[in-house]
Amino acid sequence: MDLSAINPALLLASLLVAATPILLAGIGELVVERAGVLNLGVEGMMITGAICGFMATIVTGTPLLGFIFAALGGAGLAFLFALLTQYTLANQVASGLALTLFGLGLSSLLGQDYVGLKPPSTPQLDIPVLSDLPFLGTVLFSHDLMVYFGIGLVAAVWAVLKYTRAGLVLRAVGENHEAAHALGYKVVRIRVLAILFGGACAGLGGAYISLVRVPQWTEGMTAGAGWIALALVVFASWKPWRVLLGAWLFGGVTVLQLNFQAAGVAIPVEYLSMSPYIITIVVLVIMSADKSRAPASLGRIFHASS
Amino acid sequence: MKFTKLLATAAVALGVATSAFADDKTKVGFVYVGPVGDGGWTYEHNKGRLAVEAEFGDKVETVYVENVPEGADAERVMTQMALQGADLIFTTSFGYMDPTINVAKKFPNVKFEHATGYKTAENVSVYSARFYEGRAIQGHIAGNMTESNIIGYIGSFPIPEVIRGINSAFIHARKVNPDVQFKIVWAYTWFDPAKEADAAKVLIEQGADVILQHTDSTAPLAAAAAAGNVIGFGQASDMAEFKDGPRVSSIIDDWAPYYIARTKAVMDGTWATKSTWDGIGAGMVGIGDITDKVPASVKAEALALKDALASGEYHAFTGPINKQDGSPWLAEGETADDGTLAGMNFYVEGLEGDIPQ
Repeated sequence: MDLSAINPALLLASLLVAATPILLAGIGELVVERAGVLNLGVEGMMITGAICGFMATIVTGTPLLGFIFAALGGAGLAFLFALLTQYTLANQVASGLALTLFGLGLSSLLGQDYVGLKPPSTPQLDIPVLSDLPFLGTVLFSHDLMVYFGIGLVAAVWAVLKYTRAGLVLRAVGENHEAAHALGYKVVRIRVLAILFGGACAGLGGAYISLVRVPQWTEGMTAGAGWIALALVVFASWKPWRVLLGAWLFGGVTVLQLNFQAAGVAIPVEYLSMSPYIITIVVLVIMSADKSRAPASLGRIFHASS
Repeated sequence: MKFTKLLATAAVALGVATSAFADDKTKVGFVYVGPVGDGGWTYEHNKGRLAVEAEFGDKVETVYVENVPEGADAERVMTQMALQGADLIFTTSFGYMDPTINVAKKFPNVKFEHATGYKTAENVSVYSARFYEGRAIQGHIAGNMTESNIIGYIGSFPIPEVIRGINSAFIHARKVNPDVQFKIVWAYTWFDPAKEADAAKVLIEQGADVILQHTDSTAPLAAAAAAGNVIGFGQASDMAEFKDGPRVSSIIDDWAPYYIARTKAVMDGTWATKSTWDGIGAGMVGIGDITDKVPASVKAEALALKDALASGEYHAFTGPINKQDGSPWLAEGETADDGTLAGMNFYVEGLEGDIPQ
């Protein structure tokens, strides 16, 4: 065993990178679910975002445009879900699952000509003094902008939900859509916007995998990250900061266990491999022992006539 | 009266329809563990499928299902293929072994071919390639090329096929470089680009400057390219798109001749259960172009090694070799028998860490 081979600064830095895709997708899904909609299509929207972002980056050569197109792609797929569930009142669970299958198929179709290409690298933050700090520089100040964007997004979602009128309305729609409707709020419109936001975030998360974390396009490359984001929202009791904590825990333990393996730590590999899932679930379940519960209208279909 | 007549007509029509189907074409099914666009393992199996189509044209119909998890779901997919009239089904991952045997019992008239497993039956053959011969060449190149003397190895699952590869690569790396060390990470997946990239990054952070992989995607090569100054090898497929970057050579699986031969056997009615385990000599394992990053002398040695392996003049596991605990395995000049290789569950001397059990 040689723990000195593990560099804590690099470990923490890769934690942030490993956590970002599920963090972005998770915070988007949180907003969707707080509005009372259960969208199980996160995986499909992520992979669509991954290929849209990848294609745009290859074509334009600008990762920033890539991320914008990834958000648009994810939102586009989410719009399909919104049409199905909000206007034609289709079952949300079935529509969400269908969205995942559709997204996986669509992305491999779109990606046919993009296998094996290398995207231009996403620029990393380089602040003259801060990035050169011995430990903090590596951990905090030398990432690409999406890492900071993800954290900022969590803070913004938290603040909007807690302190603003828009957040209050969104939560009202999610808790009791009939009451919200009776008060004159446009339930369907609010939900569609939330769904689009969720799709855009999932798309960004997917693009982060194809543009930064891997970086290349491979069919089915999200490999279940969308489902993890979905589970994260539930275990985080629909609270933004807990999604952040959960994503960091999951990303952190994933990277840590790989480091342990490479350093030859004498813990059976099976335990190391399952540890990210177990530790994340245990911590978040213990934290959700308070009175937190799901939004009351989650997954229920709303029509103004009923 | 009218009703029975209707039923009878329907039955006749159905009979005609099904027999018309059955006569025409040989239907060949493929079950894949990853997507056909993974650029590695499944990509090559799919190339084999396309070769079957090209060879037999109208006489054959192929179907495939990708991303089939190893386990109960695989049984469902195989059953469905058999019910849809497949005559021959290739199941292309180690984890499909028991599902293949189970489904084969239910469909005695359908022929099954399971890749990389060891369980056969009346209607189940097994086939695999001696990838470890390719690993020997990789080990030789890796041992020569490493400067940090740390070689990272991304394993998928601790099964004999993967362990053979690790041992073979290690033995040949040590031969040319006694100081070389292997760091092994088990990903517990065949295909998860994000995780494979993470594993490669971790190994690079811990000092590895050569990455060997036994997972199916090109993600570790992409991670090596991003890190710079790190080399890697194409796995299962040539992965030639990384030639300008980290990829210095590759192991290529060529299933096409085998798939064509077996399909032909089903058409001729000569199909019989057999175990096939072919290597470089028979062409099932190919070695991809060795790039100029490798010094000419090392390249020449690697090619000589390849020829020796192909002709059978040299065996990748030739003694003296001790097991990890120091107990002797192969005496001087002795070569490993196929039985031990097929069930290999131990590391050779010098490797660190335990194999997950």
